[in-house]
Amino acid sequence: MAALASCGTGAGSTGSVASTASKNVTSFQRKGTRAGGTVSGGSRLMSIAGTRPSVRNGQLLVSTGLPALDQLLGGGLAVGTVLLIEEDKYNIYSPSLFKYFLAEGILSGHTLLVASAKEDPADILQELPEPLLDENCKKEFDENTCNHKTPESNMEMKIAWRYQLLPKMETGPVSSSRFGHYYDISKRMPQELIQTSKWHGFFLPEELSSSIKVEPCSLTHGYQKLLQFIQRIIYEEGFDGSNPQKKQKNILRIGIQNLGSPLWGDDVCCAENRDNSHSLTKFLYVLRGLLRTSLSACIITMPSHLIQNKAVIARVTNLSDTVVGLESFIGSEKETNALYKDYHGLIHIRKIPRLNNLTCDTSDVKDLAFKLKRKLFTIERLHLPPDLSDTVSRSSKHDLAESAKLLDPGCGVMAGGKRHLDF
Amino acid sequence: MFPELNNLLNTTPERAEQGKLTLLCDAKTDGSFLVHHFLSFYLKANCKVCFVALVQSFSHYNIVGQKLGVSLTTARERGQLVFFEGLKSSVDVFFQAQEEPHPLQFLRETSAGDLRPLYEFVQEALKPVDSGEVTWRCPVLLVDDLSVLLSLGVGAVSVLDFVQYCRAAVCWNQKGNMVVLVHDSGDSEDEDNDILLNGVSHQSHLILRAEGLATGFCRDVHGQLTILWRKLLQPTTQRERSLTYQYKIQDKTVSFFARGMSPAVL
Repeated sequence: MAALASCGTGAGSTGSVASTASKNVTSFQRKGTRAGGTVSGGSRLMSIAGTRPSVRNGQLLVSTGLPALDQLLGGGLAVGTVLLIEEDKYNIYSPSLFKYFLAEGILSGHTLLVASAKEDPADILQELPEPLLDENCKKEFDENTCNHKTPESNMEMKIAWRYQLLPKMETGPVSSSRFGHYYDISKRMPQELIQTSKWHGFFLPEELSSSIKVEPCSLTHGYQKLLQFIQRIIYEEGFDGSNPQKKQKNILRIGIQNLGSPLWGDDVCCAENRDNSHSLTKFLYVLRGLLRTSLSACIITMPSHLIQNKAVIARVTNLSDTVVGLESFIGSEKETNALYKDYHGLIHIRKIPRLNNLTCDTSDVKDLAFKLKRKLFTIERLHLPPDLSDTVSRSSKHDLAESAKLLDPGCGVMAGGKRHLDF
Repeated sequence: MFPELNNLLNTTPERAEQGKLTLLCDAKTDGSFLVHHFLSFYLKANCKVCFVALVQSFSHYNIVGQKLGVSLTTARERGQLVFFEGLKSSVDVFFQAQEEPHPLQFLRETSAGDLRPLYEFVQEALKPVDSGEVTWRCPVLLVDDLSVLLSLGVGAVSVLDFVQYCRAAVCWNQKGNMVVLVHDSGDSEDEDNDILLNGVSHQSHLILRAEGLATGFCRDVHGQLTILWRKLLQPTTQRERSLTYQYKIQDKTVSFFARGMSPAVL
């Protein structure tokens, strides 16, 4: 009987009923706090959809949209940090990482901010990949979209009534609470998903033409505009947490395409002189300052192969939190190398942030390769191909072993000499 | 504070030397553990610390500090620690015009960076006060890290001037200490950074250099630390002494061992 009474309070959501009921309860239920607080407690414990806390440092993580990459980065991308993708030479594979990140944001119900100097952000969104939802997830999804409250969900539990006291995961009208999804890049994301999502676009040519007021600043004009735009969105929509908001907290996902390319009005790629090369690093520093004080995560793709000045790359790496480099085989001699015939390129994890910790999560595997399949972008551990033929000569085997040695040994550490021994 | 590093440097918080400039340098690895060491070391030594943190947020340093046994929050409340958070201040400076000169004022200016406001901030923070109730042992300036200033558009010469001024004010006038971190850019041909690194190492009394292993990543040995004492103005038999150890960073401490003597290797 007591069980039934407390069941009623769990679903009934009125505080007075809850308190009277909890007085009658003779079981081991904790008084007041738990029974009365089911509804309010649920909202207090309410977590943000599509995030999870890191087991290592307690930081809130978001998924990059590619579970394999999440795993390599220590569980995901920490909120308030920058993920820098060094583009591959012909910019074929890095856009898919960029789109995965945005698609994951739409599916988790996050707000998006897409900035580009090349394509209209609306066009970028049109080309997002379609999520692959398994049956379980799909059902949850349909329930969310069609009828938010089915009569079924209000049914009182008679046996396992304790489960009703568990805080309900509050999901938005169209979102999935799972962390990390898989996508099918051969298909486009359905229109209704894109339309219900909330996004802001920053298209540099439009922004430049619309404005007259120019405040003299040491930054390149495009960067300055973008920073002001991001700051305005963060401030107006309450991502900085300064004004206590009644509504559900949410994450802002920022995606910036081809940062540092000449289209942004930055001459860091072509100019030899150092005078203006601080624009990019200053931009990154202020952006990181903005992110650290708000609920947002940022992905940047940068054509680092265009930047001749190695010093700029080193500084940019130092100023970003996570750095992942893509190196495609197209046009390089590795394309014809038998060692790499199963893959499309190498992926280098160059930097992993140390947050709230002396150490960082590095995976033991450093030799990683990616492959763009028909539907999927996969990251795999690099293996030597099996030696199936009987006629492989000794010399070609030797070649393979040699080229395997040339692989990058790992995160921020380069091999010095071939014969060097540390211990 | 890592006790093993104190043993290697032959010091304890109780008998910390005064008037020294320590250079922390990292090449191809992350030397931030050294910054955390010196921060907790000087807080435990009861020194007045001015920490110019340009790389991470306050909460990061605070949480790591708690693992090392100091609380930055209480130190700040007691007035022992003056914390300058570069990331947060840069946003304030960039989006709002400030009335009085802000330490990072140069972010707004079109001309080459001027570090005088930052120097004045440090001087103000470490100024001896006659409050009477609590006396701190000596002032300490900690900078993490100087290379960021180069990225923000300040010239190498201006940064060296800043170091020189701070050294005169903190190390010489007030018999305090300075600890600065500079990245070693290695083979990336960063001329400004090389000028800065050479200039600061020329002035410093003690150099701690953390390097990644030349052979690459290893799970049980994270890098090697070279300790170099530069005995200025003291012509003794050993003018410069240097020691090299390998280290492994653990959750709350760092263990040091002679080369090749890692417990995991033996």
